Amino acid sequence: MTTVVDTGSVTRPGTDPAPALEQPAARERPLPVRALAWLGGHWTLVLAVAVVALVLAWAVVPGAFASHDPLAVDPAGKLRAPSAEHWFGTDQLGRDLYSRVVHGARASLSGSAIAVAVGAVVGSLLGALAGWFGGVLDAAIGRGIDVLLSIPGFLLAITIVVLLGFGIVQAAVAVGLTMTATFARLIRSEVLRARTSTYVEAATTSGASTWDILRRHVVPNSIAPTLSLVTVQLGIAIIWIASLSFLGLGAQPPDPEWGRLVSDGRNYIASRGWLTLWPGLTVVAVVLATNHISHHLTRRDAS
Amino acid sequence: MGRYLARRGAQAVLVLWAAYTLSFVLLSALPGDAVTNRIQNPEANISPEGARTLLAYYGLDRPLWEQYAHSLVGASRGDLGYSLTTAQPVRELLASALPSTLQLTSLGLVFGVLIAAVVAVATNYAPWRWLRTLTASGPALFASVPTFVAGIVALQYLSFRYGLIPSVDDGTFRALVAPAATLGLVVAAPLSQVFATSIRTTRSQPFVHVLHAKGAREGYIFRKDVLRNSSLPVLTLLGLAFGELIAGSVVTESVYARSGVGQLVVGAVNTQDLPVVQGVVLLSTAAYVLINLVVDLAYPFVDPRILVDGAPRGATRRRARQRSVVVEPAAPRLLPAEVVMP
Amino acid sequence: MTAVLSVENLTVGYRTRGTLVPVVHDVSFEVEPGQVLALVGESGSGKTTTGHAVLGLLPGNGQVTGGRIRFRDQVLTELGPRGWRDVRGRAVSLIPQDPGVSLDPVRRVGHQVEDVLRLHTDLDARARRDRVLELFELVGFTDVERRYRQYPGELSGGMRQRVLIASAIAVEPDLIIADEPTSGLDATVQKQVLDLIDDLRARSGTSVVLVTHDLGVAADRSDLLGVMQHGRLVETGPTAQVLADPQHDYTRRLLDSVPARLASARERVEVPASREVVVEVEDLRKVYGDVAAVDGTSFEVRRGETFSIVGESGSGKSTTARVLTGLTQATSGRVRLLGTDVTGLGRRGFRPLRRDVQIVYQNPYASFDPRFDVYQVVEEPLRSLRDRPPGSGGRFSGRFSGQFSGRLGGRRPHEDEVVAALEAAALPADVVHRHPRELSGGQRQRVAIARALVLEPKIVVLDEPISALDVSVAAQILELLRTLQAERDLTYVFISHDLAVVRAISDRVAVMREGRIVEHGPVERVFSAPETDYTVQLLDAIAGRRLTAGVP
Repeated sequence: MTTVVDTGSVTRPGTDPAPALEQPAARERPLPVRALAWLGGHWTLVLAVAVVALVLAWAVVPGAFASHDPLAVDPAGKLRAPSAEHWFGTDQLGRDLYSRVVHGARASLSGSAIAVAVGAVVGSLLGALAGWFGGVLDAAIGRGIDVLLSIPGFLLAITIVVLLGFGIVQAAVAVGLTMTATFARLIRSEVLRARTSTYVEAATTSGASTWDILRRHVVPNSIAPTLSLVTVQLGIAIIWIASLSFLGLGAQPPDPEWGRLVSDGRNYIASRGWLTLWPGLTVVAVVLATNHISHHLTRRDAS
Repeated sequence: MGRYLARRGAQAVLVLWAAYTLSFVLLSALPGDAVTNRIQNPEANISPEGARTLLAYYGLDRPLWEQYAHSLVGASRGDLGYSLTTAQPVRELLASALPSTLQLTSLGLVFGVLIAAVVAVATNYAPWRWLRTLTASGPALFASVPTFVAGIVALQYLSFRYGLIPSVDDGTFRALVAPAATLGLVVAAPLSQVFATSIRTTRSQPFVHVLHAKGAREGYIFRKDVLRNSSLPVLTLLGLAFGELIAGSVVTESVYARSGVGQLVVGAVNTQDLPVVQGVVLLSTAAYVLINLVVDLAYPFVDPRILVDGAPRGATRRRARQRSVVVEPAAPRLLPAEVVMP
Repeated sequence: MTAVLSVENLTVGYRTRGTLVPVVHDVSFEVEPGQVLALVGESGSGKTTTGHAVLGLLPGNGQVTGGRIRFRDQVLTELGPRGWRDVRGRAVSLIPQDPGVSLDPVRRVGHQVEDVLRLHTDLDARARRDRVLELFELVGFTDVERRYRQYPGELSGGMRQRVLIASAIAVEPDLIIADEPTSGLDATVQKQVLDLIDDLRARSGTSVVLVTHDLGVAADRSDLLGVMQHGRLVETGPTAQVLADPQHDYTRRLLDSVPARLASARERVEVPASREVVVEVEDLRKVYGDVAAVDGTSFEVRRGETFSIVGESGSGKSTTARVLTGLTQATSGRVRLLGTDVTGLGRRGFRPLRRDVQIVYQNPYASFDPRFDVYQVVEEPLRSLRDRPPGSGGRFSGRFSGQFSGRLGGRRPHEDEVVAALEAAALPADVVHRHPRELSGGQRQRVAIARALVLEPKIVVLDEPISALDVSVAAQILELLRTLQAERDLTYVFISHDLAVVRAISDRVAVMREGRIVEHGPVERVFSAPETDYTVQLLDAIAGRRLTAGVP
């Protein structure tokens, strides 16, 4: 018999771990100074949080940020270049693009929130059942996950949209159902990992009942990775929903939505690039920020 | 090996069957009689004979399971039914759309691999710290730019502002470059991330340390140890990425107004042309399953550990584990399939 | 004679967060041609760092900050990268620790040995191949052609180490750094590998720096002994002299911790045959798939006794432990614990017995929920096996209190008992609020022992409880276990691969091999008059003969 070595799990030999000494200086500095130093060292994170916070505020109280009514048509002022009056310019109907981007946040963000919620709830449930009970149930759910993952996700979402009809909520549910498999797979492996871990075994020998083990060990230890997957999937959901809307399968006119705005502006890209540029950049900024935050959370979770 | 082949082949067929059934169930759950609705739609462009063919083919008066059995038998022979808007066979529609999409996706994959290789190698070996930091943020950046934004911006600048590429598909290679590059950017995100991470992981392995102790140069070590070991997870990912490439081409084709499978499916969705949607889903699933089958079969030749272990029995499972282990440090639990954007 | 290697006032530091933390201070030694210098010390003593500094292979954040390393007439510490590459592998080579991961899994082993020839000689492909085959013969392979083509996965741990030795000697270097060359190998394989290194060295006159944590190995295999502690070389001299007359306190302490010595120091009182049998195993079989991990073992353990099961990896000793603690069900046979037949019991059915049967794992840290502090870890058996915590109103009000009340600074419901258990394990009471990650390996194992003892069980299964610990810490844990046994009349089932340790703690011992007990009896009898060849082989492989030689 031969053994196969899992090369990932070893540390480099012969590196006596350098003692991780606390730096006394850092300990002695007053709290505000340390807080500032931390913020200075994580300025990209601060920026990312600021971007997400701003966009969240747009979604919750768009009126407080928008300068115009996003639906107000102004035939006299159509296709204006960005100016002090219209920060992002105006579209082919003379609507203020900046206000439409602000109002579009609600559709995009609530859409991705719904999507991730659907995916996380349905997926976690399936994954937890599979991981905990194992056996036939695990095999059945596992096969199901395999099949779902074999259909290119975006096409699956499109198919579900056909079934549900066009609209932002339908698109969100479609994306969410597509994400189910991803969540199910993660939760399954987390639950399985916890279930077969030495500490759960130790809990068993300590006399803990199945319910205690689930409640005290398995669930709490599976939550952190689930949350970091949620943040990763949020960024993906924003992109997918914007893409569906871009193709005309998501948000319907005249409601503003970022992907839709880019799509509306594409007839004018030859001469009026701002119509596609600003909504496009907004999506990029928000997704970058979300991914950056999630990267940070994931890294902390891993250490 | 023969048993392994049979097993993997059977698995692939099973997945295809399940995907077919799933799409059938999804689409037959639609309210109303979709076929009749479509035929009676005044916008539909269907001749009376076409309508008769459709009704006869889909046999909507028969019970659902009979329709299912009938269409499944047809699908297994490559007969995917007829379009509800033009009454053309779906197979013909797919066949005419496929070449353009294949060109796009193949070149896109080439771009993706090239970008990923450059980024991954630079992230690990660039002599200057600033360059390493810069390229290290590449994967995250690629993953944050939706395909449609990248495509629109490229079109706007390269085509309209500087006139480097044609703005419509004129069938030339020049018209293919920008869409393929856009698509390449999409797949480069997960590929470069995994490749860079796995180079880093491999370089910290004890056996690399041993090779240093033998007095080898970085270049020698890269060629002998690092390249092969670190491309294993990338190979796995290539299989996963190809399916997503097809999906990503939907958006790209729409942006660049190229004809192809993507345009076909978007049009079909807008007109609720279910057989066409189903055909595209099946085609891309089949492509995906096939590519992964090829990767799975090729894998034992690249990674001797799998054959060593007695049988390629646990091959897929081990690959999955190895994949997750290698990906772990930078983006734990972020498996390749999820990083790919449309 | 001039020294091959001379290290003069070597100081090495690691840079962490901008500060340079020194880990090796002012170390000096010399090795002459053909000599073996053993550097011994516990983890973090700087022995490995010293070894790697000689190869110029410190990790990225490490640097030599003072002193010189001289190899023949070359000053290594002044070399540039190119100079180093020329020395490494050709003049100074490495036998790494952990052969399992030191070979590239996707390249044929023959090619990996060829690397050295490719890098340091002008031989053509054919000559290189011939030389590799010759080397393979030298390290004791038969069927060398086949070995040449094999992948590391096809070789056992001992064979992989032979391959690594072959590449270390490929161009006949003057000095070999052997960095824990046998850690992770079974005792009998360890002996074969060390014999091989010895043999090759004797033939070619190569010098060896042997870095090891195992004082026994160092004692048996070295001419010179250097003892390291906290980055300093506290004592150095000819091995025999250091062993016979240690000058430094730390050396003395290390020598006293060696299990082989503890054994002889122990007064053993035989457990009278009249005491009740608490563990009764009859023809136990446990089959996984088509492999029998345990294949018909029978034994009995009486109250107050320490019964050891010793064997190499895959012998079935851990599976036996799992059956005894109700973690897995026997395939057939009979297991009685404290008079209860547990053979057919599932995890739920076993639960009432857990009050009396506890287990201590090899890796304590893995057996703690990463989210738990010490209190929660030790309290777990109490809250699980007692219906309600004292002083709480009822089942439900008490249920969540343990998790939160401690955070608020109040006393937690079982605090007294938890602290008592920790103190019994010789831990200060204030660790109760700490997280296991803040504790040392020895302290963690004490926490695990406290958890096992908090319910005052009658039987404790100890699954390799000290094999992950440094020798002096291990000695303390053994001492603790012994004290606890005397105080509480505990029965131990002790699982170990280490015969020296087994000898130090057990009353009776069973030797397992491939799922069967090949020999069992009182520990003195088995050690002094082994009845089977396998036991003889195992005993033979115990390192540290020279350590015990002087002790009556």
